[in-house]
Amino acid sequence: MSGGALNLLIGLAMGLNLLALGSSRVPSLIRAVSIQGVLLGMMPLLLEDKNLDWRVVLVALATVVGKGVVIPSLLRRAMRAANIEREIQPFLGYVPSLLLGAGGTIAAVALARALPLLPEHAGSLLVPGAIASVLTGFILMIARVKAISQVCGYLVLENGIYLFGLLLFDSTPLLVESGILLDVTVGVFIIGIIVDRIQRAFDSLDTRKLTTLRE
Amino acid sequence: MNPLFLIIVPLVGAVLAAAWPDNRTRPWFLPVFGLLHVVLAFWLFFNPPVVAPDAWFGFDPLARAVLPVVSLLFLVCAVYGVSYLRIRSERPNRVFVALLLSILGLLSGGHQARHLGLLWITTEAVTLATVPLLHFNGTPRAFEATWKYLLVGGTGIALSLLGSFCLGYSSLHGGGEGDLTFAALTAQGVGLSRPWVLTAWVLLLVGYGTKMGLAPMHTWKPDAYGEAPSIVGAILAGGVTTVAFTAILRVRAVVGSAGEGHIADRTLLLIGLFSMLVAALFLLGSRDFKRILAYSSVEHMGILSIGAALGVAGVAAALFHVWSNTLTKGALFLSAGNMRRAAGSPSMDDVRGMSVLTPRSAAIFVTGMFAITALPPFGPFFSELQVVRAALASGKGVATAVFLGCLLLAFFGLTRVVFAIVDGRPSPTTRTNAQPFLETAGVVAPPLVLLGMSLCLGLFAPEILREAWSAAVAQLFPTP
Repeated sequence: MSGGALNLLIGLAMGLNLLALGSSRVPSLIRAVSIQGVLLGMMPLLLEDKNLDWRVVLVALATVVGKGVVIPSLLRRAMRAANIEREIQPFLGYVPSLLLGAGGTIAAVALARALPLLPEHAGSLLVPGAIASVLTGFILMIARVKAISQVCGYLVLENGIYLFGLLLFDSTPLLVESGILLDVTVGVFIIGIIVDRIQRAFDSLDTRKLTTLRE
Repeated sequence: MNPLFLIIVPLVGAVLAAAWPDNRTRPWFLPVFGLLHVVLAFWLFFNPPVVAPDAWFGFDPLARAVLPVVSLLFLVCAVYGVSYLRIRSERPNRVFVALLLSILGLLSGGHQARHLGLLWITTEAVTLATVPLLHFNGTPRAFEATWKYLLVGGTGIALSLLGSFCLGYSSLHGGGEGDLTFAALTAQGVGLSRPWVLTAWVLLLVGYGTKMGLAPMHTWKPDAYGEAPSIVGAILAGGVTTVAFTAILRVRAVVGSAGEGHIADRTLLLIGLFSMLVAALFLLGSRDFKRILAYSSVEHMGILSIGAALGVAGVAAALFHVWSNTLTKGALFLSAGNMRRAAGSPSMDDVRGMSVLTPRSAAIFVTGMFAITALPPFGPFFSELQVVRAALASGKGVATAVFLGCLLLAFFGLTRVVFAIVDGRPSPTTRTNAQPFLETAGVVAPPLVLLGMSLCLGLFAPEILREAWSAAVAQLFPTP
């Protein structure tokens, strides 16, 4: 039963990937990423039909708070600090990135079938969801030029890794929890943006303007 | 003695330095704790402890073969740091000193990590701790470099976590208990699920290869090394890359035990040759004397990767090369830092006649440049010779030819820039940009000491060092 609920959440998260790829406004991108974070945080609770121990609850809580609340609010603050115009001028258009993302999702399902899985994971969407999110993250990071959008791309990439980590949740202590450190990386990213805005070293957060250093 | 002290002592130093109120005396924490660390590391080096096979941290033969040189490099950089921070007394150094010390602690943890997850955590923490150090100068260029470092390095670190998960799943799929110590993974050997092992290898190689700076994942390196203070550059090039390299060696041992060693070796050889080629070509085009050090580092990471691909003899040569490259590169970074400060610009278009402006640093820089391009009798000559011999012994003629060709190109590229800035008379632009800079003993002695150690390593590498390297190789290639 819980397997079905889990797959439903993963399916929703995969849909949010496409939403993130297609959204042209930074706030809706941030919203998609934060909803995805909350969905991800609920997943450990659905993993097994067993008693909830403190570890599961702690991971779920940390994920919901980190990915769903803290990081999105930091992102919004960075967005205000940067006074960023809300339209994104992408390096790759929305329709091409959506098509790429959809193709990537199909490829992820196919790829997950090719990989050998334990019988208890065979019917789960965890692996395809993970691969699709990683691909989406890469597309966002490459296709968008605003620093904040790239951070959102990094978040989606990281969410994919988290999904994959859920496969190991029961068997390996520490490893999945260590993924929380990735959130800290994101925090550093965003704080970098905010600090930089305060220092006013740049006039726009357009990474295309980061071209002083090259050969 | 407990090897955990290698991790704890610098971290305690970091906390104390962060709490210390005085900006002027705080830099002294660096050499004091650096010295403590060197004493501890060499005590353990001469009295290697027995490591329990299931320990998560341990001063095992691989840690013993590389950690002492990182510790030495840190101590010398720390001494240099005292003079450097005195020159930069206008900037608060609390964060700088505390983070440098915690990086030393985390690097010691990473080198000693015998658990896949712990290894990842320490590498990730080092990456994050480096960020404010790169930004120390506070210029827009430094911010740009930091941003690229975070974006590329962050992606690399994310991929290596994904790779760790895949390796964990390969163990689980093969019937393992989820024990992710390298000892347990190696013991499971052919029981690991093959497709997952190969997926994990690719992801971990890309992930830790990004940290190491192998091409094509090296793009953060020239910017970071070019804009960071030279002491940070030296520690990045000598310490952080080394921990990523030992990570790759440990993973390579697991992949080898799963029976896929030949595939791993082939990818390592290819990526190593590609890194050397990319580095050589960029060296021919670069005009900035701090950025050429980054490309030279990419080249030497390529050499390490090639060594790692060549089996027992190659890995021993690579470990030797870790030592010789770390020491020589440190000398180059520190002397380049002096010249950069005196000249006021890093570009060979503006800078000329450094042998007049900073004669001592220029002499060290030129000698170091010859040392790193494998002039005998410095260390890199002998370690690279060993790599070549290992390659020829395993019948890799074409690879050896490419290897030597790249070394030659890199030599042309390096000499082009180095002599352009050192020779001649200081041009009018150099004179106007130049800042008052005194070549005190505090900024000249550290690079000189590193260069001297590189020379000693070439002339007479002590027997115990060779023994340490072969013990590490024996750990990585266990004979059944």
